[in-house]
Amino acid sequence: MSIQVQNVSKRFGGFVALDDVSLEVPDGSLLSLLGPSGSGKTTLLRIIAGLEVADQGRILHGTEDITDHAACDRQVGFVFQHYALFRHMTVAENVGYGLRVRGRPKSRIAERVRELLALVRLEGLDDRYPSQLSGGQRQRVALARALAAEPRVLLLDEPFGALDANVRHELREWLRRLHEEIHVTSIFVTHDQEEAFEVADRVVVMNNARIEQVGTPDEVYDQPASPFVYHFLGKVNKFAGRIVRGRFRVGATELALPSGTQLPEASVATAYVRPHEVKLQSDQPGSAGLGAVVRHVNSAGPVVHVSLERSDDGSPFLALLTKEECRGLTLRPSSLVYAFLKNARIFPEEAG
Amino acid sequence: MASVNRQVLPGFSLSLGYTIFYLSLLVLLPIAACFLKAATLSRSNFVSAVWTERARAAYALTFGAAFAAAAINLVLGLLLAWVLVRYEFPGRGLANALVDLPLALPTAVGGLVYASLYVPKGWLGQYLVPLGFHGAYSKTAIVLVLVFVGLPFVVRTVQPVLEDLEAETEEAAASLGSSRWQAFRLVLLPHLYPAMITGFALAFARGIGEYGSVVFVSGNMPYKTEIAPILIVARLEEFAYSEATAIAVVLLVISFSTLVLVNLLERWSLRHEH
Amino acid sequence: MSTDVLPPPPTTALSAAPGSAVRRVRQDPAWVRRTLIGLAGLVLGLLVVVPVAHVFYVALQDGLGGYWKHLTADPDTRHSILLTLTVVPIALGANIAFGLAAAWAIARFRFPGRAILTAFIDLPFSVSPVVAGLMFVLIFGLQGYLGPFLRRDGYALMPYAIAALALFVATIVYLLLRPASPRFRTGLWRYPGLTFVVGGAALFFGLVWLQQALEIWPRGQSLKIIFALPGLVLATAFVTFPFVARELIPVMEAIGPDEELAAISLGASGWQMFRQVTLPNIKWGLAYGIILCNARAMGEFGAVYVVSGHIAGQTDTMPLRIEKLFQEYNLPGSFAVASVLTLLAIFTLIAKTKLERQLPVAGRTGEGDGSTNQRS
Repeated sequence: MSIQVQNVSKRFGGFVALDDVSLEVPDGSLLSLLGPSGSGKTTLLRIIAGLEVADQGRILHGTEDITDHAACDRQVGFVFQHYALFRHMTVAENVGYGLRVRGRPKSRIAERVRELLALVRLEGLDDRYPSQLSGGQRQRVALARALAAEPRVLLLDEPFGALDANVRHELREWLRRLHEEIHVTSIFVTHDQEEAFEVADRVVVMNNARIEQVGTPDEVYDQPASPFVYHFLGKVNKFAGRIVRGRFRVGATELALPSGTQLPEASVATAYVRPHEVKLQSDQPGSAGLGAVVRHVNSAGPVVHVSLERSDDGSPFLALLTKEECRGLTLRPSSLVYAFLKNARIFPEEAG
Repeated sequence: MASVNRQVLPGFSLSLGYTIFYLSLLVLLPIAACFLKAATLSRSNFVSAVWTERARAAYALTFGAAFAAAAINLVLGLLLAWVLVRYEFPGRGLANALVDLPLALPTAVGGLVYASLYVPKGWLGQYLVPLGFHGAYSKTAIVLVLVFVGLPFVVRTVQPVLEDLEAETEEAAASLGSSRWQAFRLVLLPHLYPAMITGFALAFARGIGEYGSVVFVSGNMPYKTEIAPILIVARLEEFAYSEATAIAVVLLVISFSTLVLVNLLERWSLRHEH
Repeated sequence: MSTDVLPPPPTTALSAAPGSAVRRVRQDPAWVRRTLIGLAGLVLGLLVVVPVAHVFYVALQDGLGGYWKHLTADPDTRHSILLTLTVVPIALGANIAFGLAAAWAIARFRFPGRAILTAFIDLPFSVSPVVAGLMFVLIFGLQGYLGPFLRRDGYALMPYAIAALALFVATIVYLLLRPASPRFRTGLWRYPGLTFVVGGAALFFGLVWLQQALEIWPRGQSLKIIFALPGLVLATAFVTFPFVARELIPVMEAIGPDEELAAISLGASGWQMFRQVTLPNIKWGLAYGIILCNARAMGEFGAVYVVSGHIAGQTDTMPLRIEKLFQEYNLPGSFAVASVLTLLAIFTLIAKTKLERQLPVAGRTGEGDGSTNQRS
């Protein structure tokens, strides 16, 4: 079932949690709501689940408007951040609860519970209580419980947040595979970009109650739509400059404006460049290099981290090079190099 | 997220409606009736009801005895809390449970047994009365039984604070060379003051209103061993409702002020915790 | 802290083995420990243990047979036991229903006036029991606000009371049956205000009219509230009003709403959620509150004393009976009744100690009439 969020706004007292947010989730996709805490991602998830009520806007399942449906009538499976398992019920009772309240016959419930426990690989734990399970097991029980009543949508709030690193990695892969198997439209909330990139096929980056960008993991990483997305997803270098004759001038260097960038002549702007898009050369063939002094080189690991300082104004930036690329260069502290900026995106000055 | 949206979890209007309805009917309405009745008295009538010589003696005894008992409880409560938190000894669990007995035991039973323990021929009275300690039918008896009734309050307010106290504070004091007694007096005790004051106020408030146990042990002699609640009952039995109500209002106002004071103290002490 | 003494060089006690040294710093000398434990034992012994032992000693002075006779031979004593066992469950039931409702509203929702409401719940603790009794006398007594009317034709009130009760029950049923989703509310569910006003008025006045037409209630007779069972129930309910609510609120807050939200999201109705998730989660807290409430209700003296009128064999509860027997110099009889209540207190303490281990609230203090238990 596809989901549409139309112009949803929500405030808590004076705090704006969601500001006119619209989003479309295609049927069968696995989407991640990514953003820092307080960006409104959990609120959006809870509004889709009916656990919070929007001040304005509508929520649609397919073509059906469910804005006025209570949580119990929405047929969504919700996995809570801390699982919210019923502590006085066994694993089997937890998983079967959604069917029990719908008055399904006991034999059908038992069968479905067996099926689901097999799906989440918890066979044989039927009679345990939540307190007797590990964090990862609780997580999977919560998932099985949410899936038991065959929800139209699966919603997960920080599904791996409360687990330790090893279990987290294992569960991520597993969730990805599970989704391929059952193909129910799923949305999960996370503040961890690695998690979002690894699991989701679409990523929604949120900040300050708004959606900054929607796209595949590649799209949001390689073509960030805003300075915020640049900052939030990995490291980025900022180069202050000015628009001169339709080109961006930084120091002695000029960069062509990416297509679609509309900036007024002579305005102050900032170029955003990922560290691995900074190329270094020892000499300057022709022009367009940005003079810089090497400050520190860390070559431990697969890539070489080079900390640099611009020769003109002394502002620092970072370059990530492969060992291959370093071979022809003399990279010692205080040696002079020239930097070439690839794939820069240029935003007006005050945007970040 | 501690609170949830009213439209998400069911039962908000039902539960709040019932709460307010029941609270108003059973508690607020009667209290209002009491003040309303007092308001029908003229000022001079009110003053003459609450400020007779007998009433003044009753107030003095009520507040004096409640204050004395609360003060004694402050010392005993601190001792019990300290022993229960800091020392391991056989029977500690039992002792801890026994502290709550005065709350669980009907006050009438407490009064009855204290009345017969301290009479000249009673278990304890036979030794104490010759020593000049009259633990029954006297002002001492009232204080004694109020000490019993109020015993749990200071213990139960000081105990958790003492448990939560960080070891470092004392260790720091010790490392700075203060003796055990200095550490207690200068470092520990100030931490306990808010809880002690709260416990004291609670014991005091309980002492003001106490009736069931006092009526057994005091002998209820006007001017001598008559506390304010007993005076109210006496007025009621003379069908002097207005006078009874006037005295009741005085008690109510003082109890409510104590309650407000306790809440302010708690807020104040919690603020100092952070 | 005193700073006028120069700190000596750090002692070896602190810098060396931390475990044992830390112990030593917080450990008092043995003689201090023994003295203080001894003193504490003396205090508890004199104030608590000796009195309890004395109750049973006097009660059993005439042997077990005598004890049994004191308890059961006197019809007035028997009646007082029966009366207590009638009054307490009614008051308890009312306060449990209130406690559940108040805890649900206060622990799960935010609304204006929430802090004041929470404070009001504690009000009865700061009202002297005698004053509490007096309040009900002022309303229902002969010279009270409703007194003359109750005396002239008290039962005329009953049709209204019954109709109000029915209206109340109907409202609860209506709210319980109403679909959760605004979308699915059709017909009567769509217009709650109109349904309540029109349907409620029809139900209320219909029932009043029906009862009057059928002449169920006697006319021109006085209805006794004070000096009768209703007064005893009211006074007891007032005095024990806060117990259940104030135990449940911190417990419910500590548990949090997530499990209930999970149940709702899985398709449970409000009633299913309450019965299958909320109630099992709070059961120990509820039991704790009920036990404390029960102990206080059984033992309540002052408030009940004022509203009872001390009619032997009619309005004497057990604590009142103790006093009456005491006044009649029937010490063994008095102590026999007292011993039953003491057993109840001991049972309460045992149950309380056991329940405290089940509760989710950390650092819980033993609670009675204080207002200190708000920390959660």
